[in-house]
Amino acid sequence: MTTVIETRGLRKTFGTTVALDSLDLTVRQGEIHGFLGPNGAGKSTTIRVLLGLIRADGGTATLLGRDPWSDATELHRQLAYVPGDVALWPNLTGGEVIDLLGRLRGGLDERRRAELLEAFELDPTKKGRSYSKGNRQKVALVAALASDVPLLLLDEPTSGLDPLMEKVFERYATAARDEGRTVLLSSHILSEVEATADHVSIVRAGRIVDSGSLADLRHMTRSTVDATLARPLPPAEVEQWPGVHTVRQDRDRLVLSVDTSAVGDVVGRLGPHGIEALTCQPPTLEELFLSQYRDELTGEPGAAPAEAEVSA
Amino acid sequence: MSTFAGTGALLRLAWRRDRWVVTSAVLAMAAMAYAAMAATLDLYPSDAEAAAGARLMAATPSVAALYGPLPSLTAAGVGVLKTIMMGSLFAAFLAFALVRRHTRTEEEEGRLELVGGGVVGRRAPLAAAVSLAVLSVLATGALSALALLPTGVDPVGSVALGVTIVVAGLVMTGITAVAVQLTTTTRGAGGVALAVLGLAFVVRAGADTSESGQDLVYASFLGWAERVSPFGDNRLWMVLPALAVTAALLVAADVLLQRRDLGAGLWASRPGPARAGARLGSPFGLAWRLHRGALLGWTIAYAVLGSVVGSLAASVSDIASSPGMEQMLRKMSGGQGSVLDAFFGTELRFLAVGVAAYGITTALRLHSEEDAGRAEVVLATRVTRWSWLASHVTIAMGGALWLLFVGGLSAGAAAGAVSPTGVGELLPAALATAPAVLVCVGLTVALFGLLPRWTPAAWGLLAAFLLLGEFGALLELPDWALGLSPFDHLGSLPGGDANPTGLAVLLVLAAAVTALGAVTFRRRDLAT
Repeated sequence: MTTVIETRGLRKTFGTTVALDSLDLTVRQGEIHGFLGPNGAGKSTTIRVLLGLIRADGGTATLLGRDPWSDATELHRQLAYVPGDVALWPNLTGGEVIDLLGRLRGGLDERRRAELLEAFELDPTKKGRSYSKGNRQKVALVAALASDVPLLLLDEPTSGLDPLMEKVFERYATAARDEGRTVLLSSHILSEVEATADHVSIVRAGRIVDSGSLADLRHMTRSTVDATLARPLPPAEVEQWPGVHTVRQDRDRLVLSVDTSAVGDVVGRLGPHGIEALTCQPPTLEELFLSQYRDELTGEPGAAPAEAEVSA
Repeated sequence: MSTFAGTGALLRLAWRRDRWVVTSAVLAMAAMAYAAMAATLDLYPSDAEAAAGARLMAATPSVAALYGPLPSLTAAGVGVLKTIMMGSLFAAFLAFALVRRHTRTEEEEGRLELVGGGVVGRRAPLAAAVSLAVLSVLATGALSALALLPTGVDPVGSVALGVTIVVAGLVMTGITAVAVQLTTTTRGAGGVALAVLGLAFVVRAGADTSESGQDLVYASFLGWAERVSPFGDNRLWMVLPALAVTAALLVAADVLLQRRDLGAGLWASRPGPARAGARLGSPFGLAWRLHRGALLGWTIAYAVLGSVVGSLAASVSDIASSPGMEQMLRKMSGGQGSVLDAFFGTELRFLAVGVAAYGITTALRLHSEEDAGRAEVVLATRVTRWSWLASHVTIAMGGALWLLFVGGLSAGAAAGAVSPTGVGELLPAALATAPAVLVCVGLTVALFGLLPRWTPAAWGLLAAFLLLGEFGALLELPDWALGLSPFDHLGSLPGGDANPTGLAVLLVLAAAVTALGAVTFRRRDLAT
């Protein structure tokens, strides 16, 4: 598969604030790439660099094999962008904006435009100023999804959408991928990424701290093993087993946090003690995400994120 | 919860946001009042000398149209003449800007909703904005009055100047308070309020230049301000009708406010087309759509304004027809052209400053589009930065030329009906001011490219050019300082000579600063 987006050592500072700190991102053709991170991690800055709206201070960025700053206009023919906070012209209707953006991009698929308006339940005759946040978001989404372009850059596109509309979005994002289009989906809504993304990159303080397919990421982190044993084991002993991190005992039940790669081994060791019940849960994306930020949540206040770096 | 709850907190918030702008504006106005008076007293040490010079001034129709009649044939009267109308307009603009900024703008941007969720009464935002405007106007009046005292003039006259400023500022506060209830947009509210201000100025100017209709001046609130007549009749009581009208306007604004929803106006927004028209498919098509309403409004205003100015030709000719007066006025206008030419030269220059304001406000759309994040969406399509910038700048510059054309044509047509000066003289004269207007637009573009956050400082440049033209000669500033204003290089049309070299230099300068803005914009980060 060819690489659609590639950044190497991307750096961007605003005054004394380091927004991007050597960011390496790779997005391959035909995938939905979840770009995860909390507010202020550098997601929007990355996307703006990729759009050529701002210029990186260091490192390289390549979009469809070209430089996003110097070839911006050429590249923009092949992509559609949805910002996280869509601003509309107060006196233009939603329908006018959809047509305008479509024409400025080089054409809309009429059939899909009509279909999307219906699916998103958007009234195209209302003026920009009378749309709610969610409806402004829909205007940009319809314009982007109805454009016939190979690349979609979506920066928290569903902010302000209700859960039903999020599902509609997920359906069309997946459909776009199935047509062979590439989607960079920045988000902090984990369920959305989990439902759609083939590949996930977690960004933190301006750099990618983890990247891989969901299966890869899961494998690299811990699963939860919940075992009820006929002959209880002392937790102190279990903690010594390779791959076991924490052990919690609840009468004859043991709840273990185990490296996913060590699950088989651990279950094997539990076997001789008479397993009466056993569940094994792979980590959810939320747990993956939180594991990258755990030290920030539990660490001492004031610990600088840059120092509290975690790698999986 | 009281409907006024939170007014104090909102007033403090407004003050926190505007303290530097308001403080410097008020101090600048007081300084101008002092400087004009001190320089005049320097020029005319005695009332007798002032009377000799002032008779000329009082008889010049262009002076009467711009500033109104001399309050008295004294040195202090001459020294306060320009400050009366400039101070009134200044206070009106200040009140307008403050009230609109803290009501409709906040509402349109959705920030009022943020504070409205707190303990903030329905009337609090308007009450806070009006309070800030009234306090700023009172401060302007008080400090301008105080500023005259060191020159040793009559304190009652000084107080009367303060009253003049307060009258204009108070009434405009009321007008703006009503205007922001009517429309849903900041621009719309500005259009309504400024149209009323423009009408008040035109009515006043017409009354002051007519022989018989002088009393019509009381139909304009700027006329009330003018007829406080500081250092003349000192009619301090003129503040009373102003207070009454302001109170009535504020009550009207309050009634309208009670009848409407947050974010809505009295003139509701209607559904529009579900599909874009054929023209809305290019950056220029978008820019035209965004600017056409404003250009239409300005075109109507300039057609009316031009006709009014042109029709004054009749009374100007009457006044100047006595031979002695004619000679004196000719001497005053530098010996070139007739009295009528001098009158139109001054009026057209002021029309040009107005057109420059149109050009700046249109070019500032670049800034507001970028600031609101709408530029980002357009520039993420195949639209180049160059064509996006060019679309707005073309309309700013083309619209400015069009307005000069409309103003010159309508002034010429109206004047031609009653005097020997007509379209043949006034249209070229109006168009000859274009280079200075284009420089103002170009400077706005340069600011946009170089210092995007400071683009609105273009207004400060225009104000500085206006002040240089108004007070520069009086303050005996050196020629190079006067020459900083592009309006200083326009030659003396109609009647006199054009200044081809000056105009050519201005055109080159306009092109250079515009190109500078375009190049720096293409190279910089988009502000988000």
